[in-house]
Amino acid sequence: MTTTMSAGAVAPVPGAGVVLSLHGVTKEYPTTPPVRALQGVDFAVTEGELVGVVGPSGSGKSTLLHIMGTLDRPTAGEVTVAGYNLADLSDKDLSALRSRHIGFVFQQFHLLSGYTALDNVADGLLYTGMNVATRRGLAHRALARVGLEHRLDHVATKLSGGERQRVAVARALVGSPSIVLADEPTGNLDSKNSDAIVDLIRQINGDGVTFVVITHNREIAEAFPRTIGLRDGQIEYDSGVR
Amino acid sequence: MANGLEPSRLHSSDAFRTAAVGLQTRKLRAALSALGIMIGIAAMVGVLGLSESSKSDLLAQLDRLGTNLLTVQAGTGIGLGSGELPDEAAAMIARIGPVETTSTVSSVSASVYRTDYIPEGETGGITVQAVDVNLLDTLAGSVADGKFLDAATSAYPTAVLGSVAAERLGIADVTGTQQIWLGEQWFTVIGVLNQFELNPDLDRAALIGFGSAADYLDHDNVATSLLVRADPDYIDDVMGVLSATANPQNPEEVQVARPSDALEAKEAADDAFTALFLGLGAVALLVGGVGIANVMVISVLERRSEIGLRRALGATKRHVAVQFLGEALLLSVAGGIGGVALGWLVTGVYANIKGWATLIPPLAIGGGIAAALLIGAIAGLYPAIRAARLSPTEALRSA
Repeated sequence: MTTTMSAGAVAPVPGAGVVLSLHGVTKEYPTTPPVRALQGVDFAVTEGELVGVVGPSGSGKSTLLHIMGTLDRPTAGEVTVAGYNLADLSDKDLSALRSRHIGFVFQQFHLLSGYTALDNVADGLLYTGMNVATRRGLAHRALARVGLEHRLDHVATKLSGGERQRVAVARALVGSPSIVLADEPTGNLDSKNSDAIVDLIRQINGDGVTFVVITHNREIAEAFPRTIGLRDGQIEYDSGVR
Repeated sequence: MANGLEPSRLHSSDAFRTAAVGLQTRKLRAALSALGIMIGIAAMVGVLGLSESSKSDLLAQLDRLGTNLLTVQAGTGIGLGSGELPDEAAAMIARIGPVETTSTVSSVSASVYRTDYIPEGETGGITVQAVDVNLLDTLAGSVADGKFLDAATSAYPTAVLGSVAAERLGIADVTGTQQIWLGEQWFTVIGVLNQFELNPDLDRAALIGFGSAADYLDHDNVATSLLVRADPDYIDDVMGVLSATANPQNPEEVQVARPSDALEAKEAADDAFTALFLGLGAVALLVGGVGIANVMVISVLERRSEIGLRRALGATKRHVAVQFLGEALLLSVAGGIGGVALGWLVTGVYANIKGWATLIPPLAIGGGIAAALLIGAIAGLYPAIRAARLSPTEALRSA
């Protein structure tokens, strides 16, 4: 389990393309003294993979998520998402890339409190230019996929924690992104709901959706087909696809 | 895009909806911040509406009273004349082509009392004026009770009271026989007049005929002033020649005035107040704008995680800026519409009390909403830029 592998060593799933690749990625924050959150990170994620990234607090997990999610740029190194090299894209292009190719699930759910579950999920497509009817139709299907068809018109504040995270997962899936990045998706849930969300992620991954789940919970990460261990901004190990 | 990526897009209806999110979730705060703009716009619309309504009332008043009345007054004082017009002045003026009517007024040196028991000093400031029987027509005046002097009553000890004189003497109507002690003689009051809008001096007078003035008060009936109605098209020409015609030897001793000018001057003074209140309205609007800017800055700070989420969902910086600028504009437009409605209401109520027609200049409505929009745009610009510049990672981290 402690095998360290470089990006090149990761065996791609046969017949599947690389969705995300990081090559020599370093992120340094210009504080005094400068903080190097990531250092020479190399790995690739292929289509249909379910990868758990695990590491203790301060290991660079959040920075890695932000860079994978194109919310931040690396100080050095190369990042490619859905075939697009971040270095070639403007800020506007990155927004476009996120709106169509990347789904996010956050620990704090980030649902709009006054909106219904349906509208929260439909907002996952807000910046794609789709009309509202199409967005809602797709949102309905996404909510059905996460088992919340009966909660379409419930406002976010009336849902339980587990349900809120399911809504967030539906929002991440609604645009059929190339990759879904989940940041501590079980961090705010009790163990029962946590298990349910992990099961849901596995089930959706079973349908071919690519997932990278960032967690500090080694148990969760190591139950996934592939686990990447992070420590002090460097890859400690990469299990490869088991 | 050249790289094959389809750009992020936000429909304008969705932009409106995202702009309204903050207002829907923080209703009280939105209402309070819109209130500042509302008060400012209401003040401006109200002031302009009241000014317009009163102006329209003045125009109606001038229309009713005519602007073609001129007064010719004999000057008094050292170098200004004896207070008397030459005997032939009225006849000379009547001969000026565009002059339609003239009416002579002669100031009688006498006092008026309710009874002969009233001490001599308590005159109540009431004057006695000998007047022509056509005075009422010339001045567009009207009788409140009784009747005005005519050829018959002018020769007898009868008097008609101006509105203020009647009030001071305690005579509201002429039912029964109302007598007053005028110049040591009993005069019967045969009429009480309504207020003269163009000649308030006569409101404080007891009016008697020239016949009775000469017979009972031994008055010389020398004209002290003349009231002249002339063709409105030639009013300035007539004004130019009146003093020389009235007193060819000493035209400088004659004062010629146009009473309607006084009403217009009063309106001009009101305009000065209008400007002052407009200024106050503008200050209120500015304060309202600062309030909106303040609320928007707080809103951006509070909603950092929402900004982070929207950026993660694919919003560009511009989409975020549009959302917050839109929110400021919605706040200010809501305040603007509320302000126009409130200003209209205030104008309507006040105009109704005053008996004016309610008139709101379209410019005040359009200008009010436009001013609100402008203030909203200025107030929302900085918070919107700040929201747009917020880095998505920082925004998400603050959640």
